[in-house]
Amino acid sequence: MSGKKKTISTWFSEYAVVIIFLAITVAAIGPSKLSLNYIIQEMITRLGRNSFLVIALLLPIYAGMGINFAMALGAMAGQIGLIFAVDWSVAGWQGLVFAFLVGLPVAVVLGWVSGMVMNKAKGREMVTGYILAFFINGIYQFVVLYLMGSVIPIRNAAILLSRGYGIRNTLNLESVRQSLDTILKVNIGVFSVPVVTFLVIAVLCVFIVWFKKTKLGQDMRAVGQDMTVADAAGIPVEKTRIVAIIISTVLACAGQIIFLQNMGNLATYNAHDQTSFFAAAAILVGGASVTHASIPNVFIGVVLLHAMFIVSPLAGQNLFGSAMIGEYFRQFIGYGVIAISLVLYAWKTRKAADNARSGLRGGVSANGTLGAASKTGASGLAALGAKDKPGANGQGSDGEAKGGRA
Amino acid sequence: MRNIKTFIQDFGWPRVIIFLFLVSLFVLAPFVGVRLDASLSDVLNRFGQYAILVLALVPMIQSGCGLNFGLALGIIAGLLGATLSLQFELLGLWGFFGAIALAAPFSLLFGYGYGKLLNKVKGEEMTIAMYVGFSFVMLMCIMWLVLPYNNPTMVWGFAGKGLRTTITVEGYWLKILNNFLAIRIGRFFVFPTGLLLFVGFCAFCMWLFLRTKTGTAMTAVGSNPDYARASGVSADKMRTISVMISTFLGAVGIIVYQQSFGFIQLYTAPTPMVFPAVAAILIGGASVNKASMVNVLVGTFLFQGLLTMTPSVINSILQTDMSEVIRIIVSNGMIMYALTRKVKVTK
Repeated sequence: MSGKKKTISTWFSEYAVVIIFLAITVAAIGPSKLSLNYIIQEMITRLGRNSFLVIALLLPIYAGMGINFAMALGAMAGQIGLIFAVDWSVAGWQGLVFAFLVGLPVAVVLGWVSGMVMNKAKGREMVTGYILAFFINGIYQFVVLYLMGSVIPIRNAAILLSRGYGIRNTLNLESVRQSLDTILKVNIGVFSVPVVTFLVIAVLCVFIVWFKKTKLGQDMRAVGQDMTVADAAGIPVEKTRIVAIIISTVLACAGQIIFLQNMGNLATYNAHDQTSFFAAAAILVGGASVTHASIPNVFIGVVLLHAMFIVSPLAGQNLFGSAMIGEYFRQFIGYGVIAISLVLYAWKTRKAADNARSGLRGGVSANGTLGAASKTGASGLAALGAKDKPGANGQGSDGEAKGGRA
Repeated sequence: MRNIKTFIQDFGWPRVIIFLFLVSLFVLAPFVGVRLDASLSDVLNRFGQYAILVLALVPMIQSGCGLNFGLALGIIAGLLGATLSLQFELLGLWGFFGAIALAAPFSLLFGYGYGKLLNKVKGEEMTIAMYVGFSFVMLMCIMWLVLPYNNPTMVWGFAGKGLRTTITVEGYWLKILNNFLAIRIGRFFVFPTGLLLFVGFCAFCMWLFLRTKTGTAMTAVGSNPDYARASGVSADKMRTISVMISTFLGAVGIIVYQQSFGFIQLYTAPTPMVFPAVAAILIGGASVNKASMVNVLVGTFLFQGLLTMTPSVINSILQTDMSEVIRIIVSNGMIMYALTRKVKVTK
């Protein structure tokens, strides 16, 4: 698609989400009556808190697996690490490292499971990942609520429920609170900046840029472009996809630890519920799509999304006399943004496919032609390397078409 | 012997395990002091509550739109109908059918728009349906606060506006179907005749509909879109019709649920109603692109049976409430199983 001259309308449809978002946020700043200094300080804090998690979404997008809604698995691994850090009373930033080391093997295993599952559901990775996160959430609850303290030894009775096993609903992370942020805090003007947190994020960005240039990174992008072609070129498609998800899950694990050390306490049973929602909304608001994303998308997205999250409850309060309206509004926008970007993406893919198909047939419109013709069109498409995922639609896969019961 | 093997393969191991688990729960129940008749009554009741919501998934599965994760739209249409019926103070059967009638235009309107949208995003329906559902639920959260309802049983007492999170239907149409011709045996067992008759009627209508010209065309679009197009069936039109029917049944389903449950739940309540319905039809043996009435009835019975029996029986054995965890693992495990299964050639 690139290389073609972009008209204003395609440009608009590409950045529609960003533009709509920017307009709403700017409009809401006034009614919220917040000072600009406050908004900027909040923004710095939230950039440090959330960016790492959002970056964790990049690799699966490169690998053509869409938004990794199963990143909550990594978040759960990070939380298990933090529980042990508190239990063993490892304080300070060492506690965070300890938590990551505990969470790492868990995240790798969960990432591997997640990759295996998604390989079995090619073409619907996103919805499968979403459900997988729910499923593993059940197992996480089983482990943390029933096994910890009864089967898995917990030394610190203060973090257990009064019945003697199971972790408390809210875990105080006093010992590691903001320990990463406060290693080096620099005041620039009236703003305080957590330098080390941003350094960690910068290192991750460098890693991502470097990784894209390695053999594995190139393989990943080839798989993302077209699995059939990549397979023909001798790239182990399934393995590459699994590696992408494992790295994403491990990054989500570290990201959740950074997120929680800033928050200062852990809602043991639902801290991970909205991880993927916030991260996905952020990266999509930043102008990414299901197949294209870059590091700038991450930061633009975090800034825009959180600017709105800061101003909308107060704007709702001042405009409608109800903070709940602002609260609901920001959630509506968050979900709405994900929906709109998914729709725009799916719609564009279909249009591109239709265009390519009619091009093959010498410009005849794709509508109303016979089934046989469209089938050759579809296989021609795959050869052209268009990003039409094989088996993307359950209803149209050839296996069923041949044995159709109609 | 081979028959049993192929049967198990077709039916799927997870379903066999769930079925055996449920049977063992029923067998165990009397030994741990759980009354069988009371449990059975509960299971029947909950079966009736949820069956129509599960039934609502069938048309979209048949027409190839996949699992309707956007069922929340239909539920919201039902909530609009129910709250309007209370606002107009409709009582008894009038109230119940009034709610359905008032919900109908909304559900058809939502279904039409939603269907048109899904036609533009073929292949990505399920993820998009999920997020469309979520965002619409949030939009309606704002609406429930600002819409001009003023029946004092429905709005917040101190502000006089904005609907409550749960509204009782007592005094309007509480248990209007459940109590219709209900048969009471002993102290604990009640057979909700009216509820089950209504479920049966809806299922029969759906069964009949799938055998009409439109229904057959819809199934054809789902199983083989190219073939359907070659035979002159408009795929988009059929898909839109299926979405509209699904949304309408979702509205009916939630109203049936409310009359039995006793409360209208607003705000974020529609979201968690969707996944159990999807899980139920999959447990019943449906796949992502094929579902029948048997799948609906068996699935709802198995799933609701499991949800009713695990808390009472497991808690009596282990002295701890594991039902929530079991529910999460079973329902989502089932959806995942269905999503990861290769589309098999149908016989």
